[in-house]
Amino acid sequence: MSGSAFDLRSFLHGLPGVDKVGVEARAAALGTRSVKTTAKAAAIDLAIRMVDLTTLEGADTPGKVRALSAKALRPDPADPTCPPVAAVCVYPAMVPVAAEVLAGSGVHLASVATAFPSGQAPLDVKLADTRDAVAGGADEIDMVISRGAFLSGRYDHVYDEIVAVKEACGQAHLKVILETGELGTYDNVRRASWLAMLAGADFIKTSTGKVPVAATLPVTLVMLEAVRDFRARTGRQVGVKPAGGIRTTKDAIKYLVLINETVGDDWLHPDWFRFGASSLLNDLLMQRTKLTTGHYAGPDYFTLD
Amino acid sequence: MPESSSDRPRKGGSDKSAGKAVAVRKAALAKTVTATPVPAAAVATRATSGRLTVRKTYKLYIGGAFPRSESGRTYLVDGDNVALASRKDARDAVIAARKAQPKWAGATAYNRGQVLYRVAEMLEARRAEFVALGVPAAEVDAAVDRWVWYAGWSDKIAQVHGGANPVAGPFFNISAPEPTGVVGVVAPASFLGLVSVIAPAIVTGNTVVVLTATPQAAVTLAEVLATSDVPGGVVNILTGNAAETAPWLASHDDVNALDLTGVTDPALAADLERSAAGSLKRVVRPPADGTDFTADPGLGPMTALLEIKTVWHPKGF
Amino acid sequence: MFEYAPAPESRSVVDIAPSYGLFIDGEFVPPASSGGAFKTVNPATEEVLAEVSTAGPEDIDRAVAAARRASGPWSALPGAERAKYLFRIARIIQERSRELAVLESLDNGKPIRESRDVDLPLVAAHFFYYAGWADKLRYAGFGDNPRPLGVAAQVIPWNFPLLMLAWKIAPALATGNTVVLKPAETTPLSALFFADVCRQADLPPGVVNIVTGAGDAGRTLVEHPGVDKVAFTGSTEVGRQIARSVAGTRKRLTLELGGKAANIVFDDAPIDQAVEGIVNGIFFNQGHVCCAGSRLLVQESIAEELLESLKRRMATLRVGDPLDKNTDVGAINSAEQLERIRTLSDIGAEEGAERWSPPCTLPSQGFWFAPTIFTGVTQAHRIAREEIFGPVLSVLTFRTPDEAIEKANNTPYGLSAGIWSDKGSQILAVADKLRAGVVWANTFNKFDPTSPFGGYKESGYGREGGRHGLEAYLA
Repeated sequence: MSGSAFDLRSFLHGLPGVDKVGVEARAAALGTRSVKTTAKAAAIDLAIRMVDLTTLEGADTPGKVRALSAKALRPDPADPTCPPVAAVCVYPAMVPVAAEVLAGSGVHLASVATAFPSGQAPLDVKLADTRDAVAGGADEIDMVISRGAFLSGRYDHVYDEIVAVKEACGQAHLKVILETGELGTYDNVRRASWLAMLAGADFIKTSTGKVPVAATLPVTLVMLEAVRDFRARTGRQVGVKPAGGIRTTKDAIKYLVLINETVGDDWLHPDWFRFGASSLLNDLLMQRTKLTTGHYAGPDYFTLD
Repeated sequence: MPESSSDRPRKGGSDKSAGKAVAVRKAALAKTVTATPVPAAAVATRATSGRLTVRKTYKLYIGGAFPRSESGRTYLVDGDNVALASRKDARDAVIAARKAQPKWAGATAYNRGQVLYRVAEMLEARRAEFVALGVPAAEVDAAVDRWVWYAGWSDKIAQVHGGANPVAGPFFNISAPEPTGVVGVVAPASFLGLVSVIAPAIVTGNTVVVLTATPQAAVTLAEVLATSDVPGGVVNILTGNAAETAPWLASHDDVNALDLTGVTDPALAADLERSAAGSLKRVVRPPADGTDFTADPGLGPMTALLEIKTVWHPKGF
Repeated sequence: MFEYAPAPESRSVVDIAPSYGLFIDGEFVPPASSGGAFKTVNPATEEVLAEVSTAGPEDIDRAVAAARRASGPWSALPGAERAKYLFRIARIIQERSRELAVLESLDNGKPIRESRDVDLPLVAAHFFYYAGWADKLRYAGFGDNPRPLGVAAQVIPWNFPLLMLAWKIAPALATGNTVVLKPAETTPLSALFFADVCRQADLPPGVVNIVTGAGDAGRTLVEHPGVDKVAFTGSTEVGRQIARSVAGTRKRLTLELGGKAANIVFDDAPIDQAVEGIVNGIFFNQGHVCCAGSRLLVQESIAEELLESLKRRMATLRVGDPLDKNTDVGAINSAEQLERIRTLSDIGAEEGAERWSPPCTLPSQGFWFAPTIFTGVTQAHRIAREEIFGPVLSVLTFRTPDEAIEKANNTPYGLSAGIWSDKGSQILAVADKLRAGVVWANTFNKFDPTSPFGGYKESGYGREGGRHGLEAYLA
């Protein structure tokens, strides 16, 4: 697959369509799966291991990021059996702070680069942003695509940018944020997924969390179908990261069910699926505690960060 | 044809545009001159003994042609030798009706309406011929008007009998009537009855095989249909004994519905209905206490021979 | 694979009596002749659920007489009052839908996910819909003064026991008729529960009568000279017999019979949703669906790819305990039906079609059949022509839209059809040419009380649902 504008357009527009009602009905039906007892316990631990514990605020400070990173390593200080999360996700400026805490822990350090969240900056700024983050210790880069370019049909532009950022990442893994809430249709979600994968994305991610519509089950289902089909066609496996709006254990388990019944085992691992979330972790911890103690927990019993 | 020549200018005169009315009147008069002499002459020669009359041979009407019965049989009705239809004629008529059906149903409703209106025009023109055959003038008039009535229904019945369904979900959902297909009809004895069973069946896109026991009027109606842009095979008329031919239609797997309005023997009607159950045909039973064909027929005669098709499609992007 | 732990719905939410009488004139009564009883079993376990009475001719007489007595006062009630009874029934069903869902799954074998999320919501919705018609009949387009027919004899099948009851009873009552209904022999319990719902709603005695029994009871009921209307849902063969039996009477008849629906997938279809639609079309309710998409017609250019996706999807179907909330495919309703599915499937294999099922472990007790597809099927195969009424899909291919239409219509049936394509004009043109009463485009097996349902050709006549559904019950 070459990146020529014509080839890209014909390829992306030749992908099978997505019927909105059908995909939403399928996601809703999977959302009714009942995951209880032992299955729930396993799901909660897996979900914790898949969390990209995130803070992306203008008000982020080194203190806040250090605390968050500490929590990433030991989400439940009272329970040593509780696994660490997958990664901490911060702005590039905060990367060195987090890197210090996470060094050697196995918890990854992700940074949003490329003029997050709008992506509206010249390419050299985006590339410098990326290189800085990697140099500071990030081993995962969450880039945003230029939705403006995508929606105006300049697929080659988006493609070239991803290729360039991927190169700037070096050894770091590249997650490409599609910002599905701005793409308008499921057909666009499928096209953007393929575009990102063709350009070299290691992960495709739904959202920045900065626009009103973030991750949804049906959008994630469409992306899972895309990574499944992409692997069938190219042999390369790409990960999926829904981000934003996933706050409860119940939500997280629905996503795990989605993976389970769409792409299966191969994606049921933190290397291939992540939750971009902040408040989700505490709900997972509360539910985890409820399963062990048999009674409901309260927020005061879990750390704020 | 005094009725006819005095009628036409009056109808033309009722047109809203005066200029147009003149044109219509001229055209109508021209048509009268060419169209009326045939029946008028025929009627006249029947009555006079100056020359030997040319008699009409009453044959079947199948696929737009007027064949004799394949059996070669005829029977005598009021001095005329009339084709006596056989089971093979019924079979041939069903084949002709089936062949004509998709195209007739596929024609636009507007087009079918115009064709039916043309039937009314032709029938009006041959009014005297039917009167001469013994059909009361008022009944011929009513029959003409019935064609006009049904002509107008062609592009309205779907709106009255179908519609959008407000389902509880993100779906476009619509129900629309479609013709059931090939309809076997045992026609009532009266001329108005005959028209009242044919017109509602075909206006919606069905094709019919009609069994009639009043052959001269029915075959003369066939001549009207044959000259009215009704495609061959849409109406097929078999003269003879319904008790002999109807069972073959009732049991025929390629007939979709059976209209028994003209069956007067309850035992025969029951037999035919039982037989029709073999392929689950829709059956219009003979009315319990006769039908007043002069009354407003309502939608029933049309809807009995319609299927409702419901189509679902999701709405979303 | 992430294994879901068992998530059984509690069966203790519903009380099942050890034995049931007949519901006649507002009371449960024993059958006139003793010894008339049969057992209804849970098809998932073969456990006996209850003993149910067999209605004999005398019982049918009594039930018809009760319905006749109730007919006058019921039809004379102002429509608004009849409406309120139906609204009450709808509400009671909503409130007791958990009990009813469990009962339905126990007696029928269908997954609780379906009885809970499909059957019961539709049942309540159906009563709500027709309740609203009761005082608006003169606006329905069937004349200024539409009148009820009188007593309706209604015989329903075992695949959607309570939903079919709702489809029959709701419009009949709304239009002022009274009913004698016979549920299927293998699934009588939800109808008997419904009798109790009628009592809870204070419905006048005799307006609804429920008689249980096998084919004989059904035949006696539809042939009873005291009924004015016969409504039947079931096999085409029985429908034919009923059509013969009412011939020459003044009884009005509606029939909702078998099908062999084509589900047509074009090369421009939204593939992932099409796969879901195929699965839903044939494995929903174990394929015990008259409108099931049992013939997959797939455009040859995408057949291989589509079948691969379909097989992958079928491998995720969870077959097993109907009461487990995660079960997708439940039990076959009866030993007899299982036998029929097995026989026709064996014939399919013998005739040279290639058979495939995903690996799945079936329970040792009860009646089970793995989801199955046959590829390499042609129009000449019996599995492409006969209704199997089970989780068995026949796959055929086509090259052009005309060929698809021709193959789809090449059957004596005409109940439903499916079209999958992203091209609007193609969908509309194909939908126009399919000889089927319900056409699902880019969806399948959707139902709604406002939407008329019923077949062309040997799939029966008359419509149920919507404004059209009133016609069958009005003079």
